[in-house]
Amino acid sequence: MSDKKKELKPNTYKFDTLSLHAGYQPHKNAGSRQVPIYQTTSYLFDDVDHAAALFNLERGGHIYSRISNPTVGVLEERVASLEGGTAALATSSGMSAIFLTVMTLCEAGDHLVVSSQLYGGTVNLFRLTLPKFGIKCTFVKPRDTEGFKKAIQKNTKGIFGELVGNPGNEIMNMPEIAKIAHDAGIPLMVDATYQTPYLCKPFEHGADIVIHSLTKWMAGHGSSMAGILVEGGKFDWMQNDKFPTMTKPYEGYHGLSFAEEFGPTAFTMKARAEGMRDFGPCLSPQNAWNVLQGIETLSVRMKKHCSNAEEMVKYLSKHESVAWVSHPSVPDHPDHELAKKLLPNGRGSMIAFGIKGGKDAGVAFINNVKLASHLANVGDTRTLVIHPASGTHSQMDEATLKFAGLSHDMIRLSVGIEDIDDIKNDFEIGFRAARKPRLVSNQ
Amino acid sequence: MKFKVNGHEVFASTGGRPFDKKKPLIIFVHGSGLTHMTWVLQTRYFAFHGYNSLAVDLPGHGLSSGASLKSIEEMADWVSDVIDAVGHKEASLVGHSQGCLVTVECTSRYPNKIKTLSLMGGAGAIPMNPELLSLAENNDPKAVDLMMDWAHGPAGHFGGHPVPGLYHINTGTMLAKSRTIQNTLGVDFRACDNYKNGFEAAKTIKCPTLSILATDDKMCPVKEGKKLASLIDGSQVDIIDNCGHMMLLEEADRVLTVLKKFITTNYPPLSS
Ligand SMILES: Cc1ncc(COP(=O)(O)O)c(C=O)c1O
Repeated sequence: MSDKKKELKPNTYKFDTLSLHAGYQPHKNAGSRQVPIYQTTSYLFDDVDHAAALFNLERGGHIYSRISNPTVGVLEERVASLEGGTAALATSSGMSAIFLTVMTLCEAGDHLVVSSQLYGGTVNLFRLTLPKFGIKCTFVKPRDTEGFKKAIQKNTKGIFGELVGNPGNEIMNMPEIAKIAHDAGIPLMVDATYQTPYLCKPFEHGADIVIHSLTKWMAGHGSSMAGILVEGGKFDWMQNDKFPTMTKPYEGYHGLSFAEEFGPTAFTMKARAEGMRDFGPCLSPQNAWNVLQGIETLSVRMKKHCSNAEEMVKYLSKHESVAWVSHPSVPDHPDHELAKKLLPNGRGSMIAFGIKGGKDAGVAFINNVKLASHLANVGDTRTLVIHPASGTHSQMDEATLKFAGLSHDMIRLSVGIEDIDDIKNDFEIGFRAARKPRLVSNQ
Repeated sequence: MKFKVNGHEVFASTGGRPFDKKKPLIIFVHGSGLTHMTWVLQTRYFAFHGYNSLAVDLPGHGLSSGASLKSIEEMADWVSDVIDAVGHKEASLVGHSQGCLVTVECTSRYPNKIKTLSLMGGAGAIPMNPELLSLAENNDPKAVDLMMDWAHGPAGHFGGHPVPGLYHINTGTMLAKSRTIQNTLGVDFRACDNYKNGFEAAKTIKCPTLSILATDDKMCPVKEGKKLASLIDGSQVDIIDNCGHMMLLEEADRVLTVLKKFITTNYPPLSS
């Protein structure tokens, strides 16, 4: 045995342990091993002084479940811990997390630089809805790193993107775009729904705010809507005068300056104190609990999602009915190397592929698979498929489809954690039907 | 608010209320490598209840300019200068960890100025683990990670922050990494390690004193805290179960309740 002194190592809990335990202490909750569902709207004050203290943010605690709830609070702390963030705020859906983030950051007259490859709902928010509030956006293709820099204006308050765009699987160069944002004194916001902190922790690559639709892989079981915004805690709001609502006394809270008072958690404190109070997209305690159940097995599920996805990529790449396959694990994917760096634990379970025979073949495939579910969601434990050209985007002509990064032959696949042979067998049924679309019945 | 001490700009949080010279002054002094932010769950209460509550950033820390002070004695003099700089004649002091060494030394040096002394996770001496000290002096972020590990009790490692949505281990880490580690934590750890006058200083203290200690505090164990308290005449001691060194956050409410009773009794607020 060596008599060398043992090296000092921090023993803070690691990812898999935090997934199960972070944010919760049983001994403060009647010893309940599971996180209790606090199904309540409001909380007793000890006395008048206590009530005033809570309203003035003099002490921590709960007032009303629109603002905070103990079950939801466990979820918030858990996700913050997994992301390596300082604080988090859970919301009723992913969309409300994005909206609340923007409304906490921006005022009328502000501008954002936004990746053009985003979930469709997010595109609508940035393109059509935010301008109604006086907030304008410039869209930049995710691979056009320089384009992000060029699009920054005097009134730009942040950059927003999804790490891996959907459905084209284009990856934005997060470390470089973070640097561009920071050089301009503005934060980078990243929607990391498709990665979960198991695959990528955007704070480690320079992001300042991370957003999730928890509805997807984090909850994982296709049961509950939820969203969250997480704060990295590094961004200095006081470095310039771009963020007066963070740095100047705020009338809504007795002249409080969030940045001075709460530093690395200022953004979340403001999003809750102002955004939750005034917009109110709170998460129900039952749904928070459902999401917590999902997070308990996050790394176990993500491993299987990713290994099944890689198997499917191999299978599809060799298949006679498949024209092309897009997934960052494919060696000739243009972002293959960047994906290795940013997603070392796996490249995610979203695959897009082209089916030979175009739109009709796509329709036949979708109508005939039995195990894969045809629906408008991603990140379920079950395998999901959709043919955008005949479903979600059926009104679009060829040119518009192309602009949206879609094509008539494209099938979007969210690989589940079923036995891989069963998924492949199911796809064989779909492909057989696709080869003779008119001979196979839809019934 | 910002003001100058010895030519350098100092930042102090006023707990969200404007500074008002008529109100009695409480100064909160943070621990090694940290900032005024560690006090957020205590300062705001006093600010809203008849006090000037000043959570300072030591020089070179948080939002204060200048270089970090190299000894506990210099920091003690600096705290006294802060009282003068904001136009007061006296103050109540509250310290955490290294802040306890500073406030004990300050109270001993300026007995007429200091009206009450509250020590959170304090000890008469804080000798540093040599490896931790060397990591901090070499700007290694591992020093912060180790400090966050040791500073939180077993319960605190799970989280369960009193403010919904905050994860305190990561928040503490961010605070301690917000400036260059060797210039903050490194200098502070060395100052703690060098300071030998704590027990002697304690013997001279005559003002009402409170010590809040925690059973799972690895950095300033209960035994050490009690030893210090025993040297201060009539010192009050409160011990918190299931809690580590970061009691201001881990058991923020309990700390506030005890502190509130002690300070309002011994150093009454300006009644409105
Ligand atoms: C990447 C991404 N972000 C945000 C959302 C919106 O989340 P939610 O449906 O939970 O509102 C989705 C939904 O599909 C998504 O895929």
